[in-house]
Amino acid sequence: MTTLYQSLLIALRALRVNKMRALLTMLGIIIGIAAVIAMVAIGSGASKMISDQISSIGSNLLLVLPGSVTSGGMRSGSGGTQTLTYDDARAIKAECPSVAAVAPNVRGSGQVVYGNQNWSTVVYGVTPDMVDVRDWTIVAGRNITQSDVDGATKNCLIGQTVADNLFGGTDPVSKIIRIKKIPFTVVGVLGRKGQSPQGQDQDDVIYVPLRTAQRKLLGSQFPNVVGSIMVQAKSAEVLDKAEDEVTALLNQRHRIGPNREIDYSIRNLSELLAVTEQSSKVMSILLGAVASISLVVGGIGIMNIMLVSVTERTREIGIRIAIGAKKRDILLQFLTEAVLLTTCGGLIGMLLGVAGAKLVASFIGWPTLISVNTIIIAFAFSAGVGVFFGFYPARKAASLNPIDALRYE
Amino acid sequence: MDEVVRLSDVVKIYTMGEERVEAMKGVSFTVQRGEFVSIMGASGSGKSTCMNILGCLDVPTRGSYFLDGVDVGKLSADALAEVRNKKLGFVFQGFNLLARTTARQNVELPLVYAQIPASERRARALEALERVGLAGREGHYSNQLSGGQQQRVAIARALVNRPSIILADEPTGNLDSRTTVEIMSIFQELNRQGITIIMVTHEPDVAEFTSRHIIFRDGLVISDQPFQAKNAALPAEVPKA
Repeated sequence: MTTLYQSLLIALRALRVNKMRALLTMLGIIIGIAAVIAMVAIGSGASKMISDQISSIGSNLLLVLPGSVTSGGMRSGSGGTQTLTYDDARAIKAECPSVAAVAPNVRGSGQVVYGNQNWSTVVYGVTPDMVDVRDWTIVAGRNITQSDVDGATKNCLIGQTVADNLFGGTDPVSKIIRIKKIPFTVVGVLGRKGQSPQGQDQDDVIYVPLRTAQRKLLGSQFPNVVGSIMVQAKSAEVLDKAEDEVTALLNQRHRIGPNREIDYSIRNLSELLAVTEQSSKVMSILLGAVASISLVVGGIGIMNIMLVSVTERTREIGIRIAIGAKKRDILLQFLTEAVLLTTCGGLIGMLLGVAGAKLVASFIGWPTLISVNTIIIAFAFSAGVGVFFGFYPARKAASLNPIDALRYE
Repeated sequence: MDEVVRLSDVVKIYTMGEERVEAMKGVSFTVQRGEFVSIMGASGSGKSTCMNILGCLDVPTRGSYFLDGVDVGKLSADALAEVRNKKLGFVFQGFNLLARTTARQNVELPLVYAQIPASERRARALEALERVGLAGREGHYSNQLSGGQQQRVAIARALVNRPSIILADEPTGNLDSRTTVEIMSIFQELNRQGITIIMVTHEPDVAEFTSRHIIFRDGLVISDQPFQAKNAALPAEVPKA
């Protein structure tokens, strides 16, 4: 039996003889592999972008919102009433063991002024936990503290968009800005987060202490009420448990029973993440499947040409058998040739695929993600296509009768 | 003299669809080491079938074929491939060299399948080419050589594995009369050096260069006689032993 090396030499020689044909045969595989790599790169890039956006909200989060209540036969929509209080939030933090942090908040908007600049933005009243819950970083200054909340101080944190618009390049820390004409001291600047999955600018925000917002800024008629409570579970594993604990606690605190409908709702944000990841995974698989079809078509092209090649070289096969080549040798020779064709095609396709993905990334601005795994799998797949589609022609060659083969014209 | 080939009562039957063709109907003969035998007969006489069996490309339906004392009729396909590789050298009418391949690479081919290392392959191929008078032509491609030269490359290829027998199937069928004599003189020279040669031909004047004539008709040997071989004039470029 000849060595693999010998078969490789023979195969290389055979392909050199028919360069144009070899290239055209490879084209199917080239296109197939290039398509698979580019599609998977684009698909996984898009799904990474989406999951990055979702995780920028914060991880392992439950969002507790005020529910609907019925008054006089009219049901209000979800969040339409003000049933959640700061005390609810503190109780959740104190009594639910699976909860790591609780960030009650109220939301308002207002005009902000600094010097001759002004900007309209969203103002949240928050507690210090908000920074942890939402995975914010503080790039300058400090977080607001519990004593800021308790003392209802006029300190605030500003997002990057606000900082850019009010301060340009200068350092905002310790500067006084006016929010709805009330002076606030900027104690810290939040790091950049970018867009939310809904396309909102998450950096266009100001955080003030919760009490300050409730009493001085938003002027609510129920000073203890909060707009929503973000609850962060200790880990992804206990998220469901935390949801149960919060539900039980709120049911108890709000005296939910047969005669009283539930006046709050809990949304599990990691479900959103799971759903989105699922849909982008489906998209990746779909793109990959479409691309693999072209790979299979390329494989059939290889088989076709290999069959032609076997017929053309019947005499050569006869000579080789007559002078002592075994069935295995002939099989190996043609299999090597097929695999060589597909792996060469695979390599070229890989380069084209990577280049194509980069091109899409730079022209359309879609992110692409090329993983080493994809490349290894694509390469292994192209070799596999060679073995699969090369086997039948190779076996046909190996089982030729040497007497007939030598007489073949 | 020792025996290289022993055919005993060999029968070969082909089935082509409905039809059964009895190509050999009980052929027996032996060949001693160092003989130069020609097998003759009209087409359809069974001489080609006999050649295929002698060449281990086919096995007898009945009867036995001993090559160097081994009953090759009982060997597996792979073992037969090895016998062809190690003990037999083939020379065909149509030369059957690989296209777009140099003379040396063609000659090396049996050694590739015998898994001889490259450096030894090269040395042995060059030596075999020298024996057929083609020293210096090893880098030529098959299509750059004349018919006679191509056939000499084929003979070198048959020689290179130091076989027990060289089997030649109408080796001069595609050559003009002058080249025919040239090729026959090479065979005679190799035979003088002790190589056993069995040649199929239908041309009596080619058979005249051999020392034994076996004549086939209708699947049977009808005549088997020693012959006073005519000496082919030695062309200048063929070195003597």
